[in-house]
Amino acid sequence: MIAPPKPELVTVNIDGKEIAVPKGTNVIEAARLVGVDVPHYCYHPKLAIVGNCRMCLVEMGMPAVDPATKAPVIDPATGKQKINWIPRPQIGCGTNAAPGLHIRTNTPMVKDCREGVMEFLLINHPLDCPICDQAGECKLQEQATGYGRGYSRFIEQKNVKPKRTQLGPRVTLDDERCVLCSRCIRFSRDIAKDDVLGFIDRGSHSTLTCYPGKKLENNYSLNTVDICPVGALTSTDFRFKMRVWFLKQTNSIDTESSVGANTVVWSREGAIYRITPRRNDEVNDTWMADTGRVLYKQVKADNRLTSVKINGADSGLDIAVNAAAELFKAGSVAIVGSGRSSVEEQFLTRKLATTLKAPAHLVSRVGEGDRLLISADRNPNVRGALVTGLIAALPSAQLTELAAQIDAGKVKTVVSVGEDLAAAGLSAAQLAKVAIVYLGTYANETSAAARVVLPTLTVFEKGGTFVNQQFRVQKFLKAVPGAEGATDDLVVLAKLVAAAGGGSVPSEINTLWKTIAAEVPALGTMTFANLPETGLLLDATPWSALPFAEGETLHYKPTKAAQLVVGS
Amino acid sequence: MPAPAQRRIIFQHIDEPGYTNDLACYQRHGGYEVLKKAVTRKPEELIDEVKKSGLRGRGGAGFPCGVKWGLVDRKSGKPIYLIVNADESEPGTFKDRYIMHQDPHQLIEGTMISCFANNVKQAYIYIRGEMPHGARILEKAIAEARAANFVGPNILGTGYSCEIFIHRGAGAYICGEETGLIESLEGKRANPRIKPPYFPAVLGLYQCPTIVNNVETLCHVKYIVEHGGEAYTKIGTPGNTGTRIFCVSGHVQRPGYYEFEAGKITMGQLLNEVCGGPLPGRTFKAVIPGGSSAKVMRFGERYKGKRKLGADLVDYDWGVEDVPMDFDCLAMVGTMGGSGGVIVMDDTVNMVEALANINAFYSHESCGQCTPCREGALWMKKITTRMVHGLARNEDAALLKSVADQIPGRTICAFGEACSWPTQSFIAKFGDEFKGYPEAKKAAKPANANELV
Ligand SMILES: Cc1cc2nc3c(=O)[nH]c(=O)nc-3n(C[C@H](O)[C@H](O)[C@H](O)COP(=O)(O)O)c2cc1C
Ligand code: SF4
Ligand code: SF4
Ligand code: FES
Repeated sequence: MIAPPKPELVTVNIDGKEIAVPKGTNVIEAARLVGVDVPHYCYHPKLAIVGNCRMCLVEMGMPAVDPATKAPVIDPATGKQKINWIPRPQIGCGTNAAPGLHIRTNTPMVKDCREGVMEFLLINHPLDCPICDQAGECKLQEQATGYGRGYSRFIEQKNVKPKRTQLGPRVTLDDERCVLCSRCIRFSRDIAKDDVLGFIDRGSHSTLTCYPGKKLENNYSLNTVDICPVGALTSTDFRFKMRVWFLKQTNSIDTESSVGANTVVWSREGAIYRITPRRNDEVNDTWMADTGRVLYKQVKADNRLTSVKINGADSGLDIAVNAAAELFKAGSVAIVGSGRSSVEEQFLTRKLATTLKAPAHLVSRVGEGDRLLISADRNPNVRGALVTGLIAALPSAQLTELAAQIDAGKVKTVVSVGEDLAAAGLSAAQLAKVAIVYLGTYANETSAAARVVLPTLTVFEKGGTFVNQQFRVQKFLKAVPGAEGATDDLVVLAKLVAAAGGGSVPSEINTLWKTIAAEVPALGTMTFANLPETGLLLDATPWSALPFAEGETLHYKPTKAAQLVVGS
Repeated sequence: MPAPAQRRIIFQHIDEPGYTNDLACYQRHGGYEVLKKAVTRKPEELIDEVKKSGLRGRGGAGFPCGVKWGLVDRKSGKPIYLIVNADESEPGTFKDRYIMHQDPHQLIEGTMISCFANNVKQAYIYIRGEMPHGARILEKAIAEARAANFVGPNILGTGYSCEIFIHRGAGAYICGEETGLIESLEGKRANPRIKPPYFPAVLGLYQCPTIVNNVETLCHVKYIVEHGGEAYTKIGTPGNTGTRIFCVSGHVQRPGYYEFEAGKITMGQLLNEVCGGPLPGRTFKAVIPGGSSAKVMRFGERYKGKRKLGADLVDYDWGVEDVPMDFDCLAMVGTMGGSGGVIVMDDTVNMVEALANINAFYSHESCGQCTPCREGALWMKKITTRMVHGLARNEDAALLKSVADQIPGRTICAFGEACSWPTQSFIAKFGDEFKGYPEAKKAAKPANANELV
């Protein structure tokens, strides 16, 4: 595991509490560290500072020094160094910690500033909270409660602005709710590099809009919905579907690529309603791709495998495992593992391969990276297969070697853990020539050709870990119960290992991790339960010479070996 | 005491019969001689002259020009830009326009001297969108100056090169605020920037050190370099050196522009003697001394206190008429010299209606970034508009004041002050008119009167 570098610290005083914070930390973040809330709208930790909402106004002072001698000026009343307070309030978001900086957030002036801004933000706001999707996670609601005056003095007509504008295929805009914080504009311009949003008109009539003839349709458009502090930008998919306070949040990982963006899966009564990014400053900051947010729809896909089958006929799990065991007895087994499987599944897949003395293959999925949060390697966990020893070299997209062995009659049985062998280059004739044991979630050519079909779970229905492109072990948890008729992959794999004569291995994840820690040196000191939410970085040295497919993405630079391949 | 004579150093040729805005005429009157000498001197010397002169910016804030030039980051290795702020949009202000229309070469000469002094290789004149005529005149004047080698490459054979470009605004008052102007010049919305960190002197145009000066300020620079900083301090009063151009509008007999030594003329002399006093049968009621955002003064009120005169502290007890017209005295009585726009209102003016007019302007011109300015300006406008449309309430005065109090000091740029000071000062000084307005409105309105729009 690798320790992060130590930053330079400066001591500041916030509401009388001293705290040492890294130089450059702004007052909002520094205050957070001492448990002081500095309310804000426009500030976002991952966006440029513009200081426009004025909600974060605080009082600021610096220790007094004699201009001539530079000696500290002592306040006789307290015996301490005098503080020169600036008479005007200052913005916390745009003020960085400097040695001796003093901040007050609990004075009448600060209270008055906040009440003023809250009042101003609400006078032209439609106050349509009962039908607003943001209700429950709206900063305007939260801060009106915390810092507002609680009554209205506004008797004029409210401004009228466009409602229900489709900014693009996935984002709906209600301009009347917009507090003009410009977060969405800054995100589109600086992070998504798709500068399509902007304000038109002036003053209180300022209106967020898309550049004429353009759409907000880049693959990161839904991040604007996440960062919009109010209900102005909403997800067209999620709109009016569910009240957020009814939803259970489960930490998960985006499986689109080896980036492993951290996510939260929002569900209620076994149904998933949305996926949003979860902050990880080392991986995805606070962002994720739009494509990763609809993956939950695969849980209820029409082609889900929901019954165990032997030769096409419904069967039971143990009978099917025994049928597989019969096939194993004949020998000449080959295993096709998956870069989509979790570390735990790959560990058990390797166990199965060792038990059966079967060669293990993997299928690579390489596309083009988007330089942000989708990397070239579209498998989330090829590194896991390396770490667990399931494979020793990087896989290729086609199972050419396996195909040749089938043709040569050297393979009689193929166990595929979730991979569609047809898609990986095996012909119908080759599929027909071998007995296939298929563990998977969806019907495809392989499941149709399989002798034994063992339905398993999607990433949302189980727990586990992935190792991302940085060699960071990251945990995902079970958000919803498994589909009827499908069994946890670990249970199925453990049964197969036992049936193959590999003895009893645990299928409960925490217990399994004891075995993993004992047998996989790189994971030796870890337990599943203690894995931090932001993951743990492994020492990647043993694999540093491999020509990985990934190019540069957010928080990731390829190693030299990989760059050579990418550049060539 | 009779009013002093005008001292026209900037407006010397404005409205002079036979004086045209072409290069030949300018040179016949000694034009570009100052530049010719300046480029033979050391730039630091020129900056020193400006520092010595005590020249204060004429754009509104009265910031010392030499100090501003001294703040420019000259170590960054980045180019230094100079921007001429020709956005003149503060209601009541009409001085820069005359310089550009009638004496454009004076501005160009002042600009080139300032560029040379600050090692600027590229200057921009940001001219208000509503002044297309001025822009055309300046374009022509720059072309002439370029042809005569006063602008462009290798100026007067010195090896020093500097270009001037004209950039037209698109009609927004906020483009006059220097950081909004810079954003606009960069092709963006004129949203003023937060300071810190974006002080123009360090991170200005294209994140390079930038000097922004008003049109008139740069004309003063020309005069200072010609006559020396020392000589300039002899004009005006200490701390308020040089002349000020007063743009007097409203209810006086002779509105117009008048140039006087700063601080040497009082408000009373200016309005009564120079401008001929109130219109027949009327009396002065109020005056806004420095552009519409300056706090209003009420005739009849008195200002008392102590002030520095040379080394001494002396008592003062002034009526509006007694206040000397300079930055410091006007600040002392709670308002400002600002841009020199003197707006006079007589006893026919209803102060609620006057404020409704001002509020309409500011609510329309707020850039809309900061919550207090954006929402407060429009709210104040909605209240005063409602009042003049006959729906005034007795509590509106208190509400207006409270709304205005929530704005200044809490915004990105000084527009927050500009839009709230009128309301604050109108209510502080004419509170009686605001409180009595509901009744006055009912009484004054004949049954068949037209609605105010
Ligand atoms: C809202 C606002 C509007 C302004 N408009 C103008 C303007 O039209 N012309 C101008 O010269 N300065 C204007 N200023 C002042 C400029 O920001 C800046 O201070 C000035 O151009 C500096 O020049 P000076 O130092 O020569 O006065 C404005 C300031 C504010 C806050
Ligand atoms: S839509 Fe939301 S994020 Fe965008 S400016 Fe408005 S309030 Fe801010
Ligand atoms: S104070 Fe007003 S004009 Fe200035 S930046 Fe803020 S909103 Fe814009
Ligand atoms: S958070 Fe908006 S001004 Fe600081």
